[in-house]
Amino acid sequence: MHDTNALRQSKGLMIVTTVILILWLILAAFPFFWTVWGSFKVQADFFSRENFLNAIFGPATERQTGGAFTLDGYRGAWIEREFWRSVINTAIVTVCVTTISLVFGTLGGYALSRSTRKYTFWILMAALFFRAMPHITLVSGYLLPFFEMNIWGYLPTAIIVLVAINQPFTIWMLHSFFMSIPKDLDESAMVDGCTRFQAFRWVIMPVMWPGVITTGLFSFLLAYNDFAVTGMLLNQDNQTMVPKINSFMGTIQSEGMIMYAVAAVVSATVPLFILVMFFQRQIVSGLTAGAVKG
Amino acid sequence: MRHRDFIAFIFPSVVAMILFIAIPIVSVVVQSLYVEHDRVLIEVENCGPFGCTTETRVDAEATAEMKAEQPLGKFNGLGTYFNRAHLAVDELKAIFADNDGFGDIVAQIYNLPFYKALSFTLVYTFLVTPLCMIFGFLIALGVNAIPKVVKGPVIFLSLLPYIVTPLIGSLILFWMINSDGVIGASLQYIFNDPELSLKASPVLMWMVLIIYGTWHMAPFCFVVFYAGLQTLPTDTLESAMIDGANRWERIRYVVIPHLVPLATFVGLVLLMDNFRVFEPIVGFSSEAHATSLSWAIYNDLSGQVDQLYGSAAATSVLTMIGVLIILTPVLIRTWRDFSRRAR
Repeated sequence: MHDTNALRQSKGLMIVTTVILILWLILAAFPFFWTVWGSFKVQADFFSRENFLNAIFGPATERQTGGAFTLDGYRGAWIEREFWRSVINTAIVTVCVTTISLVFGTLGGYALSRSTRKYTFWILMAALFFRAMPHITLVSGYLLPFFEMNIWGYLPTAIIVLVAINQPFTIWMLHSFFMSIPKDLDESAMVDGCTRFQAFRWVIMPVMWPGVITTGLFSFLLAYNDFAVTGMLLNQDNQTMVPKINSFMGTIQSEGMIMYAVAAVVSATVPLFILVMFFQRQIVSGLTAGAVKG
Repeated sequence: MRHRDFIAFIFPSVVAMILFIAIPIVSVVVQSLYVEHDRVLIEVENCGPFGCTTETRVDAEATAEMKAEQPLGKFNGLGTYFNRAHLAVDELKAIFADNDGFGDIVAQIYNLPFYKALSFTLVYTFLVTPLCMIFGFLIALGVNAIPKVVKGPVIFLSLLPYIVTPLIGSLILFWMINSDGVIGASLQYIFNDPELSLKASPVLMWMVLIIYGTWHMAPFCFVVFYAGLQTLPTDTLESAMIDGANRWERIRYVVIPHLVPLATFVGLVLLMDNFRVFEPIVGFSSEAHATSLSWAIYNDLSGQVDQLYGSAAATSVLTMIGVLIILTPVLIRTWRDFSRRAR
């Protein structure tokens, strides 16, 4: 038995932490399962004043639609309100942002990890400051120039803005991954006659894939979860899922079609579930990557 | 690495950051010095069967022309910063000159939009950050003690609140705390008060938002602290045990020093992320009771009729100054580390 757990012996502490853990798991997961389940019911069940059990068994759903589950919410959101358009837009935006971010980020992160000069420090510090910048403050700087240049509202505009906003985080993370690869590797390749770029491309990149995948996941999440940029910079037709859901909220509540929004929310959450399921290890390693370096 | 290589490699990334982060920051500062044009007014004489009347109208054409010529608006200097919607200097003077005691001062200042947003942003940032760290650490202790088989699923479930889109996460919780949602209705039942609504009172709304923030960010702290617990220095722990250190001493002198750097990192990231709190305000539609600096900017920009660029820009600049203040200790420390290493 390895004895890394200095806190193991205390029974009292263990009971306390286990209870907290169980409570936490309920808190963390219950809202999602509740909403996924409820999205297949009608509004009278999901928002039931009399009894919350209605949302589980769905008596009104049976009365109104004849079955215990209904796809009305999804049909309304995806077809009637054209949610599928936003899904396509989100796919375009996230794929482009992730790819471009990684290309720029690996080049930049590599340079920062291999140079020991003072300006690397300043670039990293500037990146840290940019990383702390609330995105909406930058958006207020974009709007007027973009209107003037007539590039407001289009997907490429949002993509390049998201790439740029993503850069500080990406280069920090890739920088710390590159730091863990010994410099001897590329230096010996260059002694053997490679140029700097060849050493980077053929020697370093092949061993960097885990870091690239992890960073890519976080770039993807940033683009997928963004609301400040996509909400302000895209016009109605080009909206991605998150601003679309927000615009649902404005119109739907009055029309009593809140289940459309619930269905859209569930549709937008499911890909994230799948992502965590497959890439849990990478996400965990990415969250800790910055911390290990200090 | 040669300068030339360095520049070639870093070029795309730096250009992107300059074009879309550095220049916009400058553009925000410039915009904050301008304010929207006044509308051009003209006097029109209407002559009807009952005589002539003069009325003042907006000359839409001339206004549009002026807007097109000077899209920034007219120069206003620091005027926007000091007006009622921002630092509200005159209003503050008036409040301090004429008030009924401390409570009244606070209440009156809270009614000014900028201070309302600032107070919530600060309270949120400085409550959610420690709460997340405490809960994250407790969860990490709990996960560390459970058998290996269940660790995977437990970590999976724990990550969900952090991974989910903030706007979507807050909507999901908002529907649940709604007075006809599951939590809201249950609370009404428990407290036997059919009028109870979490959305109605400022205090409850603030609590809901802070609980949401903790729920959303705690997994991040958990993961980092959990990773830290995996790398505890076994040798040191064992030798401490042999030397007769009791459990508390081991925690105090081995475990905590090992986790402090991680806690600093987590604290920094949390401060940065919590300071920009925005989506929950939209998701919970809490603007009546709680607004944040980011939300104030969003609100200026998404106006239906006019977009208040000047006002939004001034709030943005003030927010950036806030970010700088939060970051200063870190920047100074990193600078010291760096120059020590360079020497």
